[in-house]
Amino acid sequence: MATAETQTSGRWRTVDIVVASVVGVAFGVVFWAWTLLWSGPADAIPLPGRAFMYGMWLVPAVLGGLIIRKPGAATYTETVAAVVAIALGSVWGWSIFFQGVIEGLGAELAFAIFAYRRFSVGVALLAGTLAGLAAAIFDIVAWYPASAYDTATMRLPYVAITAVSSAVIAGLGGYALTRALAQTGVLDRFPSGRERVPV
Amino acid sequence: MAARVAHVELRGFGWRHAGRAAWAVRGVDLRIERGERVLLLGPSGAGKSTLLAALAGLLAEDSGEQEGTVTAVPGGVGIVFQDPETQLVMARAGDDVAFGLENRGVPFEEIWPTVDAALAAVGFTYPRDHPTSALSGGEQQRLALAGALATRPSLLLLDEPTANLDPHGAALVRSAIGRVLADRDTTLVLVEHRVAEALGLVDRVVVLGDGGVVADGAPDAVFAEHGAALAEQGVWVPGHPVTPRRAGSPAGPELLRGEGLWFRHPGIDRFALTDVDCLVRAAEALAVVGPNGSGKSTLALLLGGLLVPTRGAVMPTVDLAAGLTRPPHRWRAAALASRIGSVFQDPEHQFVSTRVVDELALGPRRVGRTAGETASIVDDLLARLRLSHLAHANPYTLSGGEQRRLSVATALATAPRVLILDEPTFGQDRRTWIELVDLLAKLRDDGCGVVAVTHDSDFVQALADRTLWMIGASNE
Amino acid sequence: MSSVATLMRRSDAPLARRNPVAKLAAGLVFTFAVLATLDPLTPALAIVIVLAAVPLFGVGYRELARRAAPVLLGATGVIVSLLFFAAERTGAVLFTLGPFAVTTGMVYTALGLSLRLFAVALPAILIFTTTDPTDLADALIQNVKAPPRFAIGALAALRLVPLLGAQWRLLTLARRARGVDAGANPIAALRNFASATFALLVGAIRRGTRLAMAMDARGFDSSEPRTSARRQRFGPADLALVVASIALSAALLATTVALGTFDPLLA
Repeated sequence: MATAETQTSGRWRTVDIVVASVVGVAFGVVFWAWTLLWSGPADAIPLPGRAFMYGMWLVPAVLGGLIIRKPGAATYTETVAAVVAIALGSVWGWSIFFQGVIEGLGAELAFAIFAYRRFSVGVALLAGTLAGLAAAIFDIVAWYPASAYDTATMRLPYVAITAVSSAVIAGLGGYALTRALAQTGVLDRFPSGRERVPV
Repeated sequence: MAARVAHVELRGFGWRHAGRAAWAVRGVDLRIERGERVLLLGPSGAGKSTLLAALAGLLAEDSGEQEGTVTAVPGGVGIVFQDPETQLVMARAGDDVAFGLENRGVPFEEIWPTVDAALAAVGFTYPRDHPTSALSGGEQQRLALAGALATRPSLLLLDEPTANLDPHGAALVRSAIGRVLADRDTTLVLVEHRVAEALGLVDRVVVLGDGGVVADGAPDAVFAEHGAALAEQGVWVPGHPVTPRRAGSPAGPELLRGEGLWFRHPGIDRFALTDVDCLVRAAEALAVVGPNGSGKSTLALLLGGLLVPTRGAVMPTVDLAAGLTRPPHRWRAAALASRIGSVFQDPEHQFVSTRVVDELALGPRRVGRTAGETASIVDDLLARLRLSHLAHANPYTLSGGEQRRLSVATALATAPRVLILDEPTFGQDRRTWIELVDLLAKLRDDGCGVVAVTHDSDFVQALADRTLWMIGASNE
Repeated sequence: MSSVATLMRRSDAPLARRNPVAKLAAGLVFTFAVLATLDPLTPALAIVIVLAAVPLFGVGYRELARRAAPVLLGATGVIVSLLFFAAERTGAVLFTLGPFAVTTGMVYTALGLSLRLFAVALPAILIFTTTDPTDLADALIQNVKAPPRFAIGALAALRLVPLLGAQWRLLTLARRARGVDAGANPIAALRNFASATFALLVGAIRRGTRLAMAMDARGFDSSEPRTSARRQRFGPADLALVVASIALSAALLATTVALGTFDPLLA
């Protein structure tokens, strides 16, 4: 009785909560591993060039939304990743928490626009872009104000590059990641995992 | 006098997980009375875990398709799974036991006395705020058992509770189970690999196979009648030992030597390994044994050229190094893979591709074989390890035994002369276990130096030509 | 990874003992105040206040310095970016690096931005090193009425952090054993990183699914209201902490406004 799930109940099951949390936590660890690996060299590249890899920080939001497919998933997953990142020692302290929530809400908006019914690559792209815009605008408001940094050569390119990076890495990448995860069978408890051919 | 209502009854029960084509279990008719102690046996893949999950009410409607009925008389169910790390919820021992009580809305005043009683019932000796991550596997499982018992269930389900543990931990858990059963009337359904040791806890054996229950009755009767057939299918039946496969010819020349090895993780004070010497020879199977924490896995990683020794050195012979002069941990990965192969305890850690054929082809391509050579290596390995029918499957979807064969195959694809395995027989049923032993014995006979870190004494008996004992801080 | 391990201790120091939600609120209010302005005086004063409070948290200055070290990298990035992309180069020119002039105005801005980074990072470090995650979850549920299933679910997942960290290390070693390493090639390094990330995610989701099943087996999914085995009280001392933070934040901003150095973020 293989049915394609179009309508999932709004209530979060235990497995939804725990897996969303675990994805957020796993990305917290990935961010830690990333900073270990690239701290030195990456910080040497001046902004806005560094924004090329920014999309990576937004993957939890899109991935959470694509896997769990319930209202709040994108926001929750990104927030958990942010909290773990703070706990493991982040440069930006408390602000990451707010930024994480806002980034998550950006992705959430994309899923909400489609009433949490469509989870195609286009929706993922939109979610990645909106999350990236949210992140970049937060950064240029809080950390790179117009009075200090030049808008035309730095702040605007920063937003543009971040948005594109997020669209590609978080949006497209998140979509591809979800498909690849579904192929391994780990998403069998989720609607995103039911779309593969039974093994 | 009214007929006794069975505690648990399954009629024509079957379950198919969503996303799987085959039924996990089908056509099960089973009746268990209150107070019975049942051992549930069957080859890997027979559906034992699924059955327990069904009895615990954990098979959600949206996660698959059900046939038949399963009914349990209310009174609460407690279940303990095999992996301690994924069933402990809280960071402190007492909090974890209290978790189940909190979920059931037990008032605050009653929680801690109940927790203390449950901890005492399983013989848990640590204080309430002991961190769960600081417990050994056996102690964690005892804690999980306390958590399952805290709500006073009338049905206790144990799904291979000792599978992930070393012998010491397994004994700890078995004694805890014995204590619990001694002074209450709980119905027990136990799934357990190490049948011989579990027999003391049960009074009935049920064997699951294709098409439902295959045998059912008192242990002696069941084993007498079905013992051989069961052993053949992979059940660890007592009284059916495995014949040893010792080397026919004496060991070959030395290939790799570890001298005065010390290792400490950066930032940690404690040494994981202190002053260990180790010798690996061609055509010889070396077993590295010792209790948890004695540094066996660390030694395997050092010999495999994957960790840098804090002191001491790992020295390959000129023959093995084949032109390289630096120590193995300085070799490029491709050079390492073609000389020393490492097979990790969890096969999934080593998967990097999306299809079995790609996994097998990866190694040969990295060490420089042509496309033609690679193809023939892959075909050969698929046939030898009986993976041909899975050639295009995603490695993560393979069963435990198939994943183990695949991870050994990928190490063999680069034809190393030394093969190091960490707990290769972990969680294997009898059939895959025998296959693995045969495979390693053949490798050894062909001249490979096989090193296996293990706490499986049957494996040591069956295969090892030499044993290295790791005892705490030093070795003999 | 060691930072998570040390979260386990429950300190006796007067501020460390406070209700986690009170500590959080105090920290957040303070952070808002610091973020609101760009001048160097406010964050400098804020840092002094935080450093004065450090003994009350039971944290050593050495440990704080160690944990704050990464912030130096962030500050470096801020300064380097300013060199290239400053909006205006007011004030006297101090020296030039190639086509870029460094002026006194820029030094003032750089000081403000860097100090701001530290002033935001330090309170977070203090709060996180003295707060037990279980206590925080309990406080969120009991004092702020956060949804219990989410708080406990997140807490259960958090327990897996050291395991995932260990698994990450094994994953990188396993790839080397397979013959896959990056050498000096950054693209290959990125590919390996992505491959290890994927494997980590698969393992993490698998564990999460099993953990969820174990939690359901112990009644987690019921709609019955949960009780708690641990009490988190929000008392007068906790309220006092929050009030003190508000007062200090207000005083900070008042000082900088009065001295005319106030440089609002949102002009």
